[in-house]
Amino acid sequence: MSLNYDQAVEKYEPTLGLEVHVELNTKSKMFCSCSTEFGGAPNTQTCPVCLGLPGALPVVNGKAIESTILIGLALNCSIAPFSRFARKNYFYPDMPKNFQTSQYDEPICVNGYLDVEIETDEGVKPFRVEIERVHMEEDTGKSLHVGGATGRIHGADYSLLDYNRAGIPLVEIVTKIVGGTGKYAPQVARAYVTELRDILRSLGVSDVKMEQGSMRCDVNLSLAPIGSGELGTRSETKNVNSLRSVERAVIGEVVRQSNRLQDGERIVQETRHFQEESGQTRSGRSKEQAEDYRYFPEPDLVPVVPDSAWIEELRATLPEKPSTRRARLQAEWSVPDKEMTSLVNAGLLDVVEETITIGADPTRARSWWLGEVSRLANEREVDPTTLITPSQVAEVISLIASGDLTDKLARQVVEGVIAGEGTPVEVIAERGLKVVSDDGALMTAIAAAIASQPDTAERVRGGNIPAAGALIGAVMKATGGQADAAKVRELLLKHLGQGE
Amino acid sequence: MAAISRDDVAHLAKLARIEMSDSELDHLAQEMDVILGAVARVQEVASADVPPTSHPIPVNNVVREDVVRPSLTPQEALSGAPAQSEDRFKVPQILGEE
Ligand SMILES: [Zn+2]
Repeated sequence: MSLNYDQAVEKYEPTLGLEVHVELNTKSKMFCSCSTEFGGAPNTQTCPVCLGLPGALPVVNGKAIESTILIGLALNCSIAPFSRFARKNYFYPDMPKNFQTSQYDEPICVNGYLDVEIETDEGVKPFRVEIERVHMEEDTGKSLHVGGATGRIHGADYSLLDYNRAGIPLVEIVTKIVGGTGKYAPQVARAYVTELRDILRSLGVSDVKMEQGSMRCDVNLSLAPIGSGELGTRSETKNVNSLRSVERAVIGEVVRQSNRLQDGERIVQETRHFQEESGQTRSGRSKEQAEDYRYFPEPDLVPVVPDSAWIEELRATLPEKPSTRRARLQAEWSVPDKEMTSLVNAGLLDVVEETITIGADPTRARSWWLGEVSRLANEREVDPTTLITPSQVAEVISLIASGDLTDKLARQVVEGVIAGEGTPVEVIAERGLKVVSDDGALMTAIAAAIASQPDTAERVRGGNIPAAGALIGAVMKATGGQADAAKVRELLLKHLGQGE
Repeated sequence: MAAISRDDVAHLAKLARIEMSDSELDHLAQEMDVILGAVARVQEVASADVPPTSHPIPVNNVVREDVVRPSLTPQEALSGAPAQSEDRFKVPQILGEE
């Protein structure tokens, strides 16, 4: 019998390791002056340095070093007084140099931590994720696999390489082994990546768009029988490109590995690829061992030796910590703990804040994002923030406040915006969703309802107010649900001599 | 000192995606052994008072401003490529890998 997630975590203790790659938002590349602009025509952003042509000499982008130190400081790391670049040698066409310039045994930031909060059965609890290192490297080019059935490498006839991305500054943030999560491993992983993304965004060092690949996560996971005190063999799942996928990848690997172990099979140390559709992982190439990369100090670049005055200068510029900001916003909006944690872990804090800044009521802004928009996003299995903008949500909320939309109509408007029918105003016009607030039109419908149910109308006249429900229902039906029920009730009761 | 074996060469060839015949492996193993032996002689003269270094000149913190300069055109970038298509470098399929 195969184990599901709950059964798996009753028998096995998961251990996590998370590696996050972040593209910095510098204007130029890590070691040359080519533009880092996203979406340029193929091979329009290359030069002898990033193509690895003979004789070309790299020079480090000072801004990239500054950004990396800022990241290290925000993650409570020590900044190394001496740090060097290293060549990571591998023969794969995504790097034209046949090596990636990275850092190996002398990374620029070490030994930090990041505190996150997770929702547990016993309420919201803090969890500390320790950071092993933050180091600088460069991104690879993009491959297009042509031929074959699937567009994957296997079975492709040939590959086409665009090196515009090769050499864009990349920062890798590696956690220490994250143990003791128990069944909350998926939540811890997601909360960590969410918090990290919020910190990076607050620092302004990256646009941290997981969907566009400027922030990417590799999830290492191993299982060991509970209480064994052992560390199992880990798999490394790549290609995890949304917060939701981080959570799903952990669940998928826990289930897969637990079933293998249960059947007495070994876990192979390997790279796996996350499948967005199924939430499962698929085996990739078996991993080259670190010694196969034959790292050695990069002879073309000089060491980075940041002086402590500069580090303190940078530390002084650190912005409000996301956790501090959350506490502030929670107080400003008077949000309960549990709901605040849901907002944060769903990655909705920014959009809610923006919606409120535009002028929406805090309670309504929260309930729309956490409610209807999240529900529609779940149905589509996408991030809510990709469906609709804060200004559109604010617009819908303001139309409810002004009485132009009922909650029910507003849900249809949101649905229409998400379906790509245009802005809220366009959806309202296209679908004809205006609240019928014109008294004349309502009175016509009320008169018709009374005419068709004279007995009911008589009972209301006689003081039986609850009986009015049937008449209000008839009016709502006649107006296609577009009347404001409270307004109909008011007009109807007044008409039947029961108004106050 | 036999520094490099035939198996080492075969492993490196695999990492480098270079196919090699048995005789090539034998030949290279011998040749690389000689090269490594020559390089190893440097270690004999390195005494304890010479710290290992990756740079001959003690210079640190050479950085550039984050300023964009013009890149090569795709034609220039691709001018040395053995094969190209759609303004991209064209490389053979990568066998048996993801
Ligand atoms: Zn370049």
